[in-house]
Amino acid sequence: MADILTQADVERIAALARLELTSDEIPRFAAQLTAILAYADQVQQVDTSGIEPDASTTLASAGRDDVLAPSLSRDALLDQAPAGDRQAGLFKVPRVLGS
Amino acid sequence: VTLPSSACEIRADVAARRISAVEVCRAALAAIAARDTSLHAFLHVDEQGALARAAELDRNPPPDAPLLGVPVALKDNICTAGVRTTAGSRVLENYIPPYSASVVERLTAAGAVIVGKTNCDEFAMGSSTEHSAFGPTRNPWDESRAPGGSSGGSAVAVAARMVPLSLGSETGGSIRQPSALCGVLGLKPTYGRVSRFGLIAFGSSLDQIGPFARSARDMAVLMRVLAGRDARDSTSADAEVPDYETRLDGDLAGLRVGIPRALLGDGVEAAVRDAFERGIAELQQAGAATREIDLPHAALAIPVYYLVANAEASSNLARFDGVRYGTRVDAPSVIEMYYRTRARFGAEVKRRIMIGTFVLSAGYYEAYYLKAQKVRALIRQDYDRAFADVDLVALPTTPTTAFTLGERLDDPLQMYLSDVFTAAANLAGLPAISVPVGVSPGRLPIGLQLTGRAFDEETLLRAAHAIESRLPLPTP
Repeated sequence: MADILTQADVERIAALARLELTSDEIPRFAAQLTAILAYADQVQQVDTSGIEPDASTTLASAGRDDVLAPSLSRDALLDQAPAGDRQAGLFKVPRVLGS
Repeated sequence: VTLPSSACEIRADVAARRISAVEVCRAALAAIAARDTSLHAFLHVDEQGALARAAELDRNPPPDAPLLGVPVALKDNICTAGVRTTAGSRVLENYIPPYSASVVERLTAAGAVIVGKTNCDEFAMGSSTEHSAFGPTRNPWDESRAPGGSSGGSAVAVAARMVPLSLGSETGGSIRQPSALCGVLGLKPTYGRVSRFGLIAFGSSLDQIGPFARSARDMAVLMRVLAGRDARDSTSADAEVPDYETRLDGDLAGLRVGIPRALLGDGVEAAVRDAFERGIAELQQAGAATREIDLPHAALAIPVYYLVANAEASSNLARFDGVRYGTRVDAPSVIEMYYRTRARFGAEVKRRIMIGTFVLSAGYYEAYYLKAQKVRALIRQDYDRAFADVDLVALPTTPTTAFTLGERLDDPLQMYLSDVFTAAANLAGLPAISVPVGVSPGRLPIGLQLTGRAFDEETLLRAAHAIESRLPLPTP
């Protein structure tokens, strides 16, 4: 039996994902996510004993030599940030500690 | 001057100086101007950049450039240095990438002219292009209908003859599904065939960039340009890239095509079924032998896909936090800034991030995510078994023709089911193509899908070429 997501569950999941939801989104998402999980619950019926999970389809070798190579400049990256500070070489963010 | 419509003709005419790259570029821009006010395939048309690039190609044409002067459109989740790249999201509405995707560099080296960026569902999450933050794209066959998605803009740009070629991306069918609904060819290459460096990530074990075209020959030329190992994408494979174009001979003698008939259930429209059988008959006429096969776990592709893809999406989209790129909504503390910035995601993206977060959370990981990965292994084993006896697997690309705008917007599950025949290839990492096989009585296009062995895009293109030489591409 699939899990039924309550409005409180939706708020808890949204908090884990740092998503702000509007008051009308919460009940709507609770119903929609419950329906999607109920549908996905079909996978529970499958016998997977002895089957290893298949996390990746890659056939490439991910290894490479660890050599220095040019990359994007710090300024180019800071220029894209909402509050990049070229002078300081930093991304600025609002207060992290305290209130 | 009569403008050629195929990429191969454009290349030949520009190389022979029968026409200039600038003339070709102007024609593409004029076609966009004429059609795109109503269709909305493009989010950004780079008129100045494209014309300057075309003029440069006329001044200094690179020798033997396979796409010399060919106008190409790119889905807006493919990064273009200095050209706004939004992925259809408010979160990236002002994002100007400092670098280009590897596929953009390859296109440029091949002599292509990039004319603009096409509309898509936000972060490629959707099957109709209606989840774009910038409004939907319309289907050129019937403007009250969706073009499919998520690469709907790229499908429409080719179907409405604005450009001969475009690129989209796939995670669960986002190239093949819109190509079928718009009446053009769409190819999802093997996982690892085309570099994803510079593709804005959605589901990293599934994502792949691929082409739209109006002929197998044009697609073959483009695939040769796109395919190959790229050191900047550690998942890209070092496999040989054949000269696909020279292999298109229309003869399918000896080819074995498997049809998993058990999957063609009640949800498949009669018109789709008829067109599919017509396509199969043409494959037989071209020399292919068909037989029934069984893919016992393929019907589980959609539930597995939505568990796996959303888990990966929830991780990949964590980076959009208002710190390093994109937009920021200011707040007194950093935590509130995250919440408010991420409130700008659209409803579908929020739903998927939440599904993914939930299935990866403590207590649910094994029951949902790990279980889905095991069923994924079974789906892949089904194909391995099938490919011992056949060379290709044939199915309709989609169960229905193009649906009406708005029809599935409030019913996410119904929307997901438009990918019921496409998602398995992504889960198994296999290449798959959609080829037009006619139109419904109501004049909506229908696609036949062929799935092949890993890295065997050649056989897909050969079969697509054989079909199209017998069933000419329908025109809206």
